[in-house]
Amino acid sequence: MAPWRAAAMASSQLARRAARRLLSSQHRRHCAAPACPWLLGSAPPVLAPSPVAAAAAGDRRGFCSVRRFTGESNAAAAAAVEEAENGLVAGGDQQAIDFPGGKVSFVAEMNFLPESQRERINCYRVLDDDGRTISGSRFQEVSKELALKMYSEMVTLQVMDTIFFEAQRQGRISFYLTSHGEEAINIASAAALTIDDIVLPQYREPGVLLWRGFTLQEFANQCFGNKLDYGKGRQMPIHYGSNRLNYFTVSSPIATQLPHAVGAAYSLKMDKKDACAITYFGDGGTSEGDFHAALNFAAVMEAPVIFFCRNNGWAISTPTSEQFRSDGAVIRGQAYGMRSIRVDGNDALAVYSAVHTAREMAIKEGRPILVEALTYRVGHHSTSDDSTKYRPVDEIEHWRTARDPISRYRKWVQGNGWWCDEDESELRNNVRQELLKAIQVAERMPKPPLAELFTDVYDEVPSNLREQERLLRDTIKKHPADYPADVHI
Amino acid sequence: MLGAARRQLGSGPMLGQVLRRLRPATAAAADAARAYSAAAKEMTVREALNSALDEEMSADPSVFLMGEEVGEYQGAYKISKGLLDKYGPDRVLDTPITEAGFTGIAVGAAYQGLRPVVEFMTFNFSMQAIDHIINSAAKSNYMSAGQISVPIVFRGPNGAAAGVGAQHSQCYAAWYAHVPGLKVLAPYSAEDARGLLKAAIRDPDPVVFLENELLYGESFPISAEVLDSSFALPIGKAKIEREGKDVTITAYSKMVGYALQAADILSKEGISAEVINLRSIRPLDRATINASVRKTNRLVTIEESFPQHGIGAEICMSVVEESFEYLDAPVERIAGADVPMPYAANLERMAVPQVDDIVRAAKRACYRAVPMAATA
Repeated sequence: MAPWRAAAMASSQLARRAARRLLSSQHRRHCAAPACPWLLGSAPPVLAPSPVAAAAAGDRRGFCSVRRFTGESNAAAAAAVEEAENGLVAGGDQQAIDFPGGKVSFVAEMNFLPESQRERINCYRVLDDDGRTISGSRFQEVSKELALKMYSEMVTLQVMDTIFFEAQRQGRISFYLTSHGEEAINIASAAALTIDDIVLPQYREPGVLLWRGFTLQEFANQCFGNKLDYGKGRQMPIHYGSNRLNYFTVSSPIATQLPHAVGAAYSLKMDKKDACAITYFGDGGTSEGDFHAALNFAAVMEAPVIFFCRNNGWAISTPTSEQFRSDGAVIRGQAYGMRSIRVDGNDALAVYSAVHTAREMAIKEGRPILVEALTYRVGHHSTSDDSTKYRPVDEIEHWRTARDPISRYRKWVQGNGWWCDEDESELRNNVRQELLKAIQVAERMPKPPLAELFTDVYDEVPSNLREQERLLRDTIKKHPADYPADVHI
Repeated sequence: MLGAARRQLGSGPMLGQVLRRLRPATAAAADAARAYSAAAKEMTVREALNSALDEEMSADPSVFLMGEEVGEYQGAYKISKGLLDKYGPDRVLDTPITEAGFTGIAVGAAYQGLRPVVEFMTFNFSMQAIDHIINSAAKSNYMSAGQISVPIVFRGPNGAAAGVGAQHSQCYAAWYAHVPGLKVLAPYSAEDARGLLKAAIRDPDPVVFLENELLYGESFPISAEVLDSSFALPIGKAKIEREGKDVTITAYSKMVGYALQAADILSKEGISAEVINLRSIRPLDRATINASVRKTNRLVTIEESFPQHGIGAEICMSVVEESFEYLDAPVERIAGADVPMPYAANLERMAVPQVDDIVRAAKRACYRAVPMAATA
């Protein structure tokens, strides 16, 4: 990037830094070594800890601290550098090199790594297609109460999406975006978190907010941009946000929430909070530079953050085959030095269990986790899209019916004797009534007043904006008939 | 002059770079010694920035510094000297080389209540992170209706240094000043650097803090008041560096020094120039500028940046809107040449404003009165 990066290598400090990095990497390698049940694929060979690494471990305080060599004399540093430059492991063993990051074996064969593994990374699931738990499956137990709450919130999300979508088609709101087919991801991942965990959503996760207690009226207020909308009518529909519920306002540019989540997680870590950050994104989002930046930084900063990829097959009209050639997102976790898991996104129990465990690891061990949920975007990308133009209707129908996450989960709940058809119709009816009422109320509610045009650009309204507001008010007074009646002055 | 020195020292461009890049470190040591000697009441801009960071980090544990080379290496320009030892690696973070990454992470940390100070090795590299600065940092408070405030400072050298070509020399003052939600500061002296950086860190809004590499090693007289740890300058207020009655010269950052030199030359020729150090590009202190123009009736704007849609254009418009009838001559704008910065020293010199350019512009403004009748 900068010419002086190369130039800086001439600095005498650099030699010492090289030695520091060597120590650091040795330490990290040994930290990662203990066998871990969550690691995908084969575990790396366990290496004997070196005395140097043990010493470095004592110096460890936080992010980067092991890079430092406090109080070491120049002579000692120079000796370490010399050792590093010679590179070869002591004792005449020519078959391996101790290189920053750990010991690397030499081999005689010239082997290029294959572009993919022989088999695709497998996918964790608890419920089979008929809603029965797969024998031998290990999952986080859910109580009847929790199970029913999860189910009713999944149904609520589905009904809410259907009705708001219709409201957009009727021209009552400008835009909407459904989460059809991804209800299990929305609700089950939310259920596995606590309210103290920070959510940095993309835009197809309103169910997380619903789970946390955002009311249907609050959703309606945002979509209609009325004066009760917490965003003061400043964002297009579905860009929800709630300070109270630790849910950051939806941000339209793709994947910017990923580095933000790492920063928020770092803040939680600095404050020693018993909480993590979770951020959601789609398969398309993994192509953004921010995805790379966020995963790399999270790994290096050891930030307690869960990266939740909803791999639903389509980024608007771009299928995953044109998005990436890797085995989805999950495989990339390992490249960044991060634990990762692929989960059946249409299996509520699997999503719940995976996120529950991911959260525990993230917080207790101070590390990021990548979760890739396989699912399907059953709805159009948004109300601005007609997905039948670029994908077969059969495919959509298959996922909407045979693979529907709500039906599958209902079979399990009903199989436990916790739910019946009467409960079902009562729930759907109640949600529908509540929503229709919420929409009516939201629609009649006045829009934000004129003053809100100028607030929150800065913490305090600056003089130039106060002046603009004054001029506007004077003009309105002079020409009252020319100003829309729905702007409260 | 720097160019000449480089040619004498370096046998090739690569060695020239090495020497030039090492210079700030040695200069820092000398500056520090001078600043701490008992009698001297002077401080370099580097010391001013360093002490401001140090004091604000000491006063508020939520303030932290992140960027490339800010820790172990003590900053590419040694602005963060000593801070890693004092505050530890949790608060002085060396980051991987991804501007978009660490900027986004800092914005996220600010969302969550920390007060990050992000160092760009040069503001040219902030272009790789501009989405997070504009779309996230600047807009989040408004879009979330005050639910997400972003108390963050983006700082680093901005504008032309010497002999570093187009991708290290651009001034981004006009770019960032264009965006509502951001505050944009450009210090000139050690007093500015201390007072404005401390104000920026304490401010609840995102602040873009544009330093100048060539000023880092420059010493300025400094008062006891400025050295006090509670000192801060108000954001949005310009400083009249030199009072005058014949012509107003506005400038920011390094160009303030040039404007002061020009004012010295002009005074010998009987022209009394008033030099305004803008300090704050956004908010812009329109009141101070217009009051000065109403007194002198003549205006020369100086900026290192490109002319089109620049700071001078904005100042000119402000004067046209508020004080048009006070103008006795067309406004003169001195700006950088409308080309990417050339590397060769002779061409580079021609591409940035020089003291002579300012002197000539001021004379043109003073000798060329436009009769009021002509405009009527």
